[in-house]
Amino acid sequence: MIELVGVGKTFNPGRDNEFHAVREVSLSIEAGRVTALRGPSGSGKTTLLGLIGGLTRPSVGRLRLHGRDISALPERFLTALRRDTFGFVFQQFQLIRDLSVLDNVMLPAVPTGRPHADIRARALRLLDEVGLGRRAAARVQWLSGGEAQRAAIARALINDPPVILADEPTAHLDSALSRQILEILAELRRCGRTLVIASHDPLVFEMDLVERVVDLRDGRVLA
Amino acid sequence: MNTWIERQRGLIDTTVANLRRRKARNLGLLLAYVLLVFLLASVVLFGDGMRREARLLLEEAPELVVQRLTAGRHDLMPAQWLERIADLRGVAAVEGRLWGYHHDAAVGANLTLQVPREAAPAAGRVHLGATLARLRGLAPGDVLSLRDHAGQPHAFVVEALLDSRSELVSADLVLLGEADFRAFFGIAAGLYTDAALRVVNPLETRTVAEKVLARLPATRVISREEMRRTYDAVFNWRQGLPLMVLSVLLAAFALLAWDKASGLSAEERREIGILKALGWDSGDVLAMKLWEGALLSLLAFLLGYTLAWLHVYYAGAPLFEPVLKGWSVLYPHFALAPEVDISRIVSLALLTVLPYVAATLVPVWRAATLDPDEVMRE
Ligand SMILES: Nc1ncnc2c1ncn2[C@@H]1O[C@H](COP(=O)(O)OP(=O)(O)OP(=O)(O)O)[C@@H](O)[C@H]1O
Ligand SMILES: [Mg+2]
Repeated sequence: MIELVGVGKTFNPGRDNEFHAVREVSLSIEAGRVTALRGPSGSGKTTLLGLIGGLTRPSVGRLRLHGRDISALPERFLTALRRDTFGFVFQQFQLIRDLSVLDNVMLPAVPTGRPHADIRARALRLLDEVGLGRRAAARVQWLSGGEAQRAAIARALINDPPVILADEPTAHLDSALSRQILEILAELRRCGRTLVIASHDPLVFEMDLVERVVDLRDGRVLA
Repeated sequence: MNTWIERQRGLIDTTVANLRRRKARNLGLLLAYVLLVFLLASVVLFGDGMRREARLLLEEAPELVVQRLTAGRHDLMPAQWLERIADLRGVAAVEGRLWGYHHDAAVGANLTLQVPREAAPAAGRVHLGATLARLRGLAPGDVLSLRDHAGQPHAFVVEALLDSRSELVSADLVLLGEADFRAFFGIAAGLYTDAALRVVNPLETRTVAEKVLARLPATRVISREEMRRTYDAVFNWRQGLPLMVLSVLLAAFALLAWDKASGLSAEERREIGILKALGWDSGDVLAMKLWEGALLSLLAFLLGYTLAWLHVYYAGAPLFEPVLKGWSVLYPHFALAPEVDISRIVSLALLTVLPYVAATLVPVWRAATLDPDEVMRE
């Protein structure tokens, strides 16, 4: 469903600190399957995930979603597409301090203009599903690492996106908590969602969650 | 349309949650803002009230006043001069007026003693301005005792208090009969303080004034129009001073807001990045910040304006009285007639709300147009 053709990303092009974080990546992500981007720190996993999810535009190459080229879409359309298609779970949770867990989960749905009551009800249901129902009113900075990661997952699901992009979902978590998170991801897979996970945590690859591994080194895909 | 409303509702909810989580900072900002609106609105409302009073005062004034000048100074006018003026074409009526000032040591202020055109009090009786009566502790039936030009005490019975639409007109006024007036100041019969003219055609006031000067060169002719301009100039000037101070304050405040906002904290930039990554476009982020600024500044405006209104119309504007009312001799408990002026409210609101909202939006707009992938890098 998502196709990358010769995609590259260069930071600070033309300057002294020019850096090619991703080079000539051609890749297709299949719908309903779990793809993992694997590689050491600095190999370009986060950057590639951002390219797939339209957080950043490729410096070269094309990106197609359902056969439609989205690399040159104007900002407004790209944002709407990102909102409706992708749910992000970031490397560092990226929850907004001092807001309640519930408010955080509802955030991605605010610009959709769906009725407030619907959004709220869905957010509460999602929090129940990840086992955080009783923490809905708590401020996010009071959550433990495992709880914060589950809140982030609930937030990624609020707009019911077909694709979940998870960046190092088990980082900062002990193995028991990591398993718990991976269980939740497996459940998402069973519900028919497409998952792309960036990770270098062996635990992720031990479980039979991942169906396809893409190995990255220095921004390139290993054959 | 429905979606649009729901979206705004969501944005407002988020805004309110946002405002609440930085309580101390936002309360401080609100307080500073309320104070600023309060000061600005007080000055403007007070000046408006004063100008309104002056206009009332002038409504009752004659179209032309003629004063006799001797060596360039105001002098008493003989009755024959009045007849010579009355002869002029275009003059409808001439009247000799009797008024003067008397320093009252008891209240430490100058009183205006005047013989009214009609319904003058009987001999030995006076009508008093309400403010003066209050200061002297006098009620109808009491005795007002004043020393005349020769230092002899004169006792007047207070017959009534003046009830005027405008306090400015009557605050320091004592009305008395003609005989009492002449005796008190030692002015012989046949002499007047000045002359009040009514003209046949108000459009010819100027021509009439020129004719008066031609016939009686040792006079000064003052038109109502001139008096109005003088009052306005005085009020504008007096109001101008605090207004200038306030515009400096306003600028300082705008600067503060700008500084606070342009140096968007790393935290705020990160949050904008997160929102964008979650599917908010720049417009959504801007709309939220717009609501934030609008809610804060409108609340501040309403509070500040209401306080100013109460301050000026019910508390007697204690903060500005000395500056703005310097020429009025008796000013304690001076009450302006309350008035709500919509165009004033609108212009004040624009003056205080717009700069703040603009100052906060510009830097947010800069941050909101950044690439959201920066967020993934913290
Ligand atoms: N905005 C940027 N400007 C300059 N260099 C960048 C930028 N973003 C990423 N890089 C560089 O690109 C390289 C790849 O970064 P990326 O975050 O994609 O790696 P990663 O595989 O996710 O690493 P980790 O496992 O540590 O998260 C790194 O060397 C990083 O320093
Ligand atoms: Mg990374």
